[in-house]
Amino acid sequence: MDTSLVQQAIDNVNFAAIMPALILCVVGMAALLIGVFSKRGRTFHISLICLFGLVAAGVATVGGWNQPYQFGFSGHVALDNFARFFNMTFIIGSILTILMSDDYLKREGYPISEYYPLILFTTAGAMLMASGTDMMTIFLGLEVLSVSLYVLAGLFRNQVRSNEAGLKYFLLGAFSTGFLLYGIALIYGVTGTTNLTDIGNYFIYHPALLTNPMTIAGMLLLSVGFLFKIGAAPFHMWAPDVYQGAPTPITAFMSAGPKAAAFAAFLRILLLALGGLENDWTSLLWVLAVATMTIGNVIAISQTDIKRMLAYSSISHAGYALVGIVAANEIGISGIMFYMLAYTFMNLGAFAVLTLAGKKGENNLTLDGFAGFGFKQPFLGVAMTIFLFSLMGLPPTAGFAGKFYIFAGAVKAGYLWLAVIGVLNSAVSLYYYLRVMVYMYFRDPNEEFEWVALKTGAVISIILAIIGVLYLGILPGGVMEMAKLGLF
Amino acid sequence: MITVYHYMAVSAILFSLGTFGVLTRKNAIVIFMCIELMLNSVNLTFIALSRHLGSMDGQVFVFFIMTVAAAEAAVGLALMISFYRNRESIDVDDINLLKW
Repeated sequence: MDTSLVQQAIDNVNFAAIMPALILCVVGMAALLIGVFSKRGRTFHISLICLFGLVAAGVATVGGWNQPYQFGFSGHVALDNFARFFNMTFIIGSILTILMSDDYLKREGYPISEYYPLILFTTAGAMLMASGTDMMTIFLGLEVLSVSLYVLAGLFRNQVRSNEAGLKYFLLGAFSTGFLLYGIALIYGVTGTTNLTDIGNYFIYHPALLTNPMTIAGMLLLSVGFLFKIGAAPFHMWAPDVYQGAPTPITAFMSAGPKAAAFAAFLRILLLALGGLENDWTSLLWVLAVATMTIGNVIAISQTDIKRMLAYSSISHAGYALVGIVAANEIGISGIMFYMLAYTFMNLGAFAVLTLAGKKGENNLTLDGFAGFGFKQPFLGVAMTIFLFSLMGLPPTAGFAGKFYIFAGAVKAGYLWLAVIGVLNSAVSLYYYLRVMVYMYFRDPNEEFEWVALKTGAVISIILAIIGVLYLGILPGGVMEMAKLGLF
Repeated sequence: MITVYHYMAVSAILFSLGTFGVLTRKNAIVIFMCIELMLNSVNLTFIALSRHLGSMDGQVFVFFIMTVAAAEAAVGLALMISFYRNRESIDVDDINLLKW
């Protein structure tokens, strides 16, 4: 073996490029070990350790903002501003999730110490996806994320609902991974490399290969894999079932971080590697964005279970974000980054309210269960109202600013109709979000209305989410400028 | 003479068989086996292309896929066991609690 090659490979290792993910993995493994040696049922100190790990990873990410980009592992990983922005989104999502989890797990009778490390591993996988510049890294990140999420979705192992959610997510997730890999294999066959930039350059020098059936098939199969993870129509069928069956904080977590990670990796692949096929994938995603928005919103109207309704709303929000990919210009892409951060705040906030409002077994999370909730529990009522306003996209909340940027990007790119359909869909969504508020404020509560106790952790997470939603809604400019710096 | 096209054809057929199996079978373990068939057909594609292109990337990728498939199998079978304990069945028609 040529020693200079080995030396070159060693020189290429740059731990600074994966520092946030590395911190999370190390802290996660330490927390796993500490959990084994702790008394059964005691998880609070593990949640604190994991929070500490997330804060450390956040410091490592923010400290590197706008610093020179870090590349490492022979061009497999790039820690650029794009990755840093998404890393912050994942970290915020995980912190809010962990804060709302501890009392919830105790109430449901599953104080499992592995829960928190698994959230850290999921976040680390998401970070690898966002900073991966090679199909291999992206695939590995996706699987680290998915395998941890399968476990988390099926965590309540004596509850059939949770079992079903885990099993469904696993079977369909593994199925979609097969498509993703076959797509990667075909593109590798055409270009002879798995590095995104090299693939893009290869197509620049060999434009004739862009119309090769193998390239087109590869792009389509790859898109299937990512659209599944995003939960876009027609690959959305798993989302409502899994979201409804999984533990509530995990549902919240799943709908924010991992979805943002799939968007990050999808964006990198489409823009860096398959930029030459832009006309093909924009026309494909145009149709799917419209279908995703419409299906999510229309089916959400008929839901009576609030968790399931938010699952369908999450599908439609994925549709709004797809509009940004179709636009594929500066404001559209940074709009997606902004929107994912905004969505993390508003959706995790809404689910934090649900974790408090639910009673053991969570059978009361229906519209009827929320009758009169707003006056009986003023704090939770006001918080839920703010999050619902943000999900609707009304000013002055984060949801409005996010939708504004994305639709502005679409209009600027000449997709006026797409923006119109998006706005019409937001109008449809008013109906089912407002219905929750009608139940909360204009219906009389059941006689046996039970006061739910406010738990410190969840309340902190709700307050943080409110601050985030209002800050991003009232002063979106600063964060948007940051997102624009993240473009590659 | 067996060329790379033959390998590609075989792996495409295997992939289609796996997909067909996932869509038609009812037993969760058989579905999982069909998914493994899909992953292995991808492995075959990678190996054949790697040999054809004279690049090692494809072979490295196959190692990753095999490792990940093993991890997935561990988690997936555990999920199936916990489902079986509660429902005494792993027929996907019994995964029917959550709908609409």
